[in-house]
Formats: sequence, C-alpha cells, structure tokens
Amino acid sequence: MRLERELACQEVVELVTAYLEDSLSPEDRERFEEHLVFCDGCQNYLAQMRDTIAATGRVPPGALPAGLEERLLEAFRGWRAS
Amino acid sequence: MEQVLSPHDARLLEGLRAGDEAAFVALMREYGAGMLRVAMMYVSSRAVAEEVVQEAWLGVLRGIGRFEGRSSLKTWLFRIVANTAKTRGMRESRSIPFSSLGDDTGGEPTVDPDRFLGSGERFPGHWAVPPQAWAPEGRLLSQETIDVIEREIDRLPAAQRAVITMRDVQGFTSEEVCNALDLSETNQRVLLHRARAKVRGALEEYMR
Repeated sequence: MRLERELACQEVVELVTAYLEDSLSPEDRERFEEHLVFCDGCQNYLAQMRDTIAATGRVPPGALPAGLEERLLEAFRGWRAS
Repeated sequence: MEQVLSPHDARLLEGLRAGDEAAFVALMREYGAGMLRVAMMYVSSRAVAEEVVQEAWLGVLRGIGRFEGRSSLKTWLFRIVANTAKTRGMRESRSIPFSSLGDDTGGEPTVDPDRFLGSGERFPGHWAVPPQAWAPEGRLLSQETIDVIEREIDRLPAAQRAVITMRDVQGFTSEEVCNALDLSETNQRVLLHRARAKVRGALEEYMR
C-alpha cells in the first residue's frame, strides 16, 4: 500500500545529491523518479547538477601560495639529506 | 588487508621513498592546495593552515616508510593533514568543534524558497520559477565557467569547500572523504549537496 503523497519540487531539489550518490531508500528513489517523469523544472535541475559536477571536475587542483611551495621543497630536501 | 594502491600511486610512492624530487613536486602540485583547504576547516587563519600543511608534509615524509597502502595515497595524505589540523586547532583552542561543522549541515534550503509556490497555492512547494535548460555545451566548457566555479568554491564555508574540492575537483569517492575527514556519510553528503547547490546557483546566474 502506498499512501505517501507525491514529492514537491522543493523536496526533490534537496534529494538530488542523495539520489546521485544512490543513498535514497528504494521507496524514495521511486518517488523521486516518478516526480521527474512529469516535472520539467526538476529534470532541468537534476541535469544542471550533473553539468555542475562535470564542470567542477575540469577545475584544476589549484596552486599553492609560492612561499609555501618553496618551504615545502626545502623541507623535502632537508628530509632527503637526513 | 587488500592493497588498493593504483599503479600511479605506486610509482609516486616509490619515487618519494627514493627521494625523487619530481615525485614530491607532482604530489604537492596535485594535492597541496586541496590539503590547504582541509586545514582551513580546523584552524583560524590562512597562516596557521599553511603551517599545518607544512607540518603534515613532514609527517608524510617521515611516515612514508611505514605507509602500507591500505588506503589510496591521497586518502592517506588528506588524513594526515586533517589530523594535524585538528591537533593544531585544539591547541589553538579555537578549533571548530566537530558539532559546529554540523551547523553547516543544518536544514536551510539550498534553493531560494521564493522560487517555489507558497502554501496558499494549489501546488505548494512546486516550482514558481523553474530552472531553464542551459544552452547546450559550449559555454559550460569555457574558461569563464571554470573561473565562475573557482570563485564560488572560494566563497563557500570551509567544510563545504573542502568536501567539494575533494569529491568533485580531486575525484575522491564519498568513502575516501569520510575516511580522511572522519565524517559520517550523511554529514559528507549534506556538505557536498550544499556546496554543489551553491555552485549550480552561480552557474545559473552566469548562464542566464
């Protein structure tokens, strides 16, 4: 028997990461997917979260402050010499 | 226990043990900035976080002979920096107690409530201002998009910034992040969700 009400969009957007991580219960996963079938807004939201993740994956790891990089290199050379 | 080192990790590890500077530089450039972000979760200033990263790398070098490859090399590196930062944060007695990282995981909505219909409407909680599909490709792949994302990540609270960096920039699995930072799966997921939602929001602005 299924008496739960349908999910509202406002709830769906908060479940997107749990959905993508596959950590929803089977029932919630089903409700989530049922909602998407008829909701363009949430389909777009999910697609944008996927695009966001993919685009973030192209961000380079980032540079260390120059001073720190030098200090780390010195530490490495000191360790190697010891 | 099973050996989980990738061939890439194994090569770097071997280089590091042999004192190969190129291996050290490669690791430092790949993970150094992410480690600094993790340190920022636990200490009060950028300067202290830099000291923590330096101390952590010394710990890495001293411990490299004992590293058994039970976790990936990057998980091990991040675990060391997280533990070093926690210890330092406690000594500073300005450490962010773990529970307050949890504040970051509170129930605040990640999408502006004004974008949904109110309780007086026929379909409360449904989109009033739904997201519009983003124009295909092109723009998302631009350098500008990368810049928008980097700026937004920089603005995030420290714990969210560290988690999205590890997961989505550096490609850690959720298990690896939980393991390195001692986070519950739920905390990790909520931090990641909040971070991703903000980055999505920034991209939505930009794509408009």
